[in-house]
Amino acid sequence: MSTPMHSKPEQILTTASTLRWEIGERLHDATIESLYREAARIAGRAVILKDGKPRFSFDRTLDRLVTSRVFGFPLMFLMLAVVFWITIEGANVPSGLLANFLVDIAHPFLKETGASLGFPWWLNGFLFDGMYLAMAWVISVMLPPMAIFFPMFTLLEDFGYLPRVAFNLDALFRRAGAHGKQALTMAMGYGCNAAAIISTRVIDSPRERLIAILTNNFALCNGRWPTQILVATIFIGALVPSHLASAASALAVVGVVLIGIFFTFLVSWGLSRTVLSGEVSTFSLELPPYRPPRIWRTLYTSVIDRTLIVLWRAVIWAIPAGAVIWLVSNIQIGGESIAEWTIGSLDPVGILIGLNGVILLAYIIAIPANEIVIPTILMLTVLVSGSAEVGGGAGVMFELDSETATAAVLHAGGWTLLTGINLMLFSLLHNPCSTTLYTIYKETGSARWTWVSALLPLAIAFIVSFFVAQIGRMVGLE
Amino acid sequence: MTTLNPQQCEVCPVNKDAKLIRLGLEAGKFEFVVALAGNPNVGKSTVFNSLTGLRQHTGNWPGKTVVRAEGAFSFDGKRYKLVDLPGTYSLLSTSTDEEVARDFILFGQPDVTVVVVDATRLERNLNLVLQVLEITEKAVVCLNLIDEAKRHGIVVDERALMRDLGVPVIPTAARADQGIPALLQAIAEVATGAFVCKPKRFPIESGVLRKAISKMTAKVQLAFPSLPNPRWVALRLLEGDQRIVEAIKTGELGDLTRQTALEKSLTGKGTKEMNDEHAHAF
Repeated sequence: MSTPMHSKPEQILTTASTLRWEIGERLHDATIESLYREAARIAGRAVILKDGKPRFSFDRTLDRLVTSRVFGFPLMFLMLAVVFWITIEGANVPSGLLANFLVDIAHPFLKETGASLGFPWWLNGFLFDGMYLAMAWVISVMLPPMAIFFPMFTLLEDFGYLPRVAFNLDALFRRAGAHGKQALTMAMGYGCNAAAIISTRVIDSPRERLIAILTNNFALCNGRWPTQILVATIFIGALVPSHLASAASALAVVGVVLIGIFFTFLVSWGLSRTVLSGEVSTFSLELPPYRPPRIWRTLYTSVIDRTLIVLWRAVIWAIPAGAVIWLVSNIQIGGESIAEWTIGSLDPVGILIGLNGVILLAYIIAIPANEIVIPTILMLTVLVSGSAEVGGGAGVMFELDSETATAAVLHAGGWTLLTGINLMLFSLLHNPCSTTLYTIYKETGSARWTWVSALLPLAIAFIVSFFVAQIGRMVGLE
Repeated sequence: MTTLNPQQCEVCPVNKDAKLIRLGLEAGKFEFVVALAGNPNVGKSTVFNSLTGLRQHTGNWPGKTVVRAEGAFSFDGKRYKLVDLPGTYSLLSTSTDEEVARDFILFGQPDVTVVVVDATRLERNLNLVLQVLEITEKAVVCLNLIDEAKRHGIVVDERALMRDLGVPVIPTAARADQGIPALLQAIAEVATGAFVCKPKRFPIESGVLRKAISKMTAKVQLAFPSLPNPRWVALRLLEGDQRIVEAIKTGELGDLTRQTALEKSLTGKGTKEMNDEHAHAF
């Protein structure tokens, strides 16, 4: 009879370890060597070069330029600035058209229809002034910049530019004690932080992966781009003559991106020298060939996969948020609405850090999605400053036809250049949205690190805004 | 009479490409499981998309696919499940993505493993092909990016390659949907056994090592007579690969010889799941 099955595995393992003693370490090298030799031999027989050697000259020249020590970074920022400039310039007109249709035409029509159907005032207000207007605002403000920004970003990605960015940033990340591939996950964060958190799986070392997760928030996500672009247009663009306004606003947004990169390095450096210390792992990053992007397919997929998915997310969060805003503005306790009461109590803290109670309340309401911060702020500002003639009354989210009107509301709410700057900084640095936090929890499996990833950026946001406010007030920005 | 461009045939409904039905994410029963392996950034996700009709995000940077993506298609009346593996340069070391790829090819026992290679960087890509051919003999090499190779003045003689590797080699330009029908035909032939692969296995020169390897291979063969890759298992054991040692101890390797790939894919056993979620990158 043959040996029983269960003893066989052990026999195999014993033989293996005996033989391993005999051959030592040579096998690994010998295997690799013969593998490479065989691959070279087969490739040598199959590959025919037309001119004796492959022509990669275009790729090489371009690579030398975009990864050069001198031109690499300036080219990167120039490209970013041009992309923002096109986004800001191009989004204005379609935004206005959409707002005109959704708010000026569709909204009164819906309210009249509601009234003619015999809806009570509170139901009509809750449905159309709260939920519908929140959704309309998000669509008109977010759709045009996304439809311009995402295809441009995707074209750069398809062309093969992202690995060059990673190559440029690699040395800096290594000096900060982090993994060079963090540059790639950071770039993903400029689209969506939650998706970027999943993409940190490309980083093998758990230590470096945690650093990448905890600092990803400093990459502005598409929920925050509209905030940055709008506030920069109102407060920074206004500082220069009108024909330079778009360029100045674009540069201000690039500045915010740079501050974000600076904090990414600073926090990575801090973490890798304290709680997450360890060796920096090496890796090889292949610079892929430049490929001519397939323009139509890219436009199609970036509109379907990115723009519509992100917009859908914004809309499904804006609808309940609109409802909440309408309710807190219309439910009165002791002669004061809940919103007014909360804003009043948050004001001292807000003003201390160069913001105000309205902004802080808006950030609390907007925890599920950064996309709705600006509409919430505008609506709440109208509520407390009482400039009801611009808006539509308590709890109505509205779209203002032009940036001038938006600016008028904000100035009436006591906003200054300093408030604008601090809002941009706070939007960059504050805690990630709840979707991202949930993704972090799923990826790390640790409630502790999830809390750290929420509280660390929030603390940094408060500290930075506080100091900027103090310095700004000293030099008379207010 | 007008001359026909061969590329036009590929989009003609009379062509056998018409036998392809893209099933997207559809679940259900499958006759065959196909794995998609390859170096990073050679267009695996593009091939995946053109076979399944899905729009898995593609991007021109290595490491885009960090999770296993699955899709399905039907060709010539047979249903196939397609698994897109993370891109790896080798299957020898132990990073997570290499482990996911290797474990699926070994323990998932796909009916066909398609290795997508970059025609402009053939030599380096062949390292992975040779390693895959050590583990499984049912393989098809998808010689992708031939359009790019042409642009760089590189021509690959796929017949010579096919002779040397012992498996079908299909030139494609997946970005332009070229060569996909021929790839499907090859996958079907290998899956059904109509084409029998006779893969070349790389030789080990040193006599001492060769003797140790053949001794070990014989042992493995004796214990698991129907294992398709005794030499590879022997090599891994001689290198002290803990994952394989573990698989022998727990009987996982023994199970391979009794269970078909399909049963495995249904029970989910033996495939190390990282996360089935599709990492959609915005």
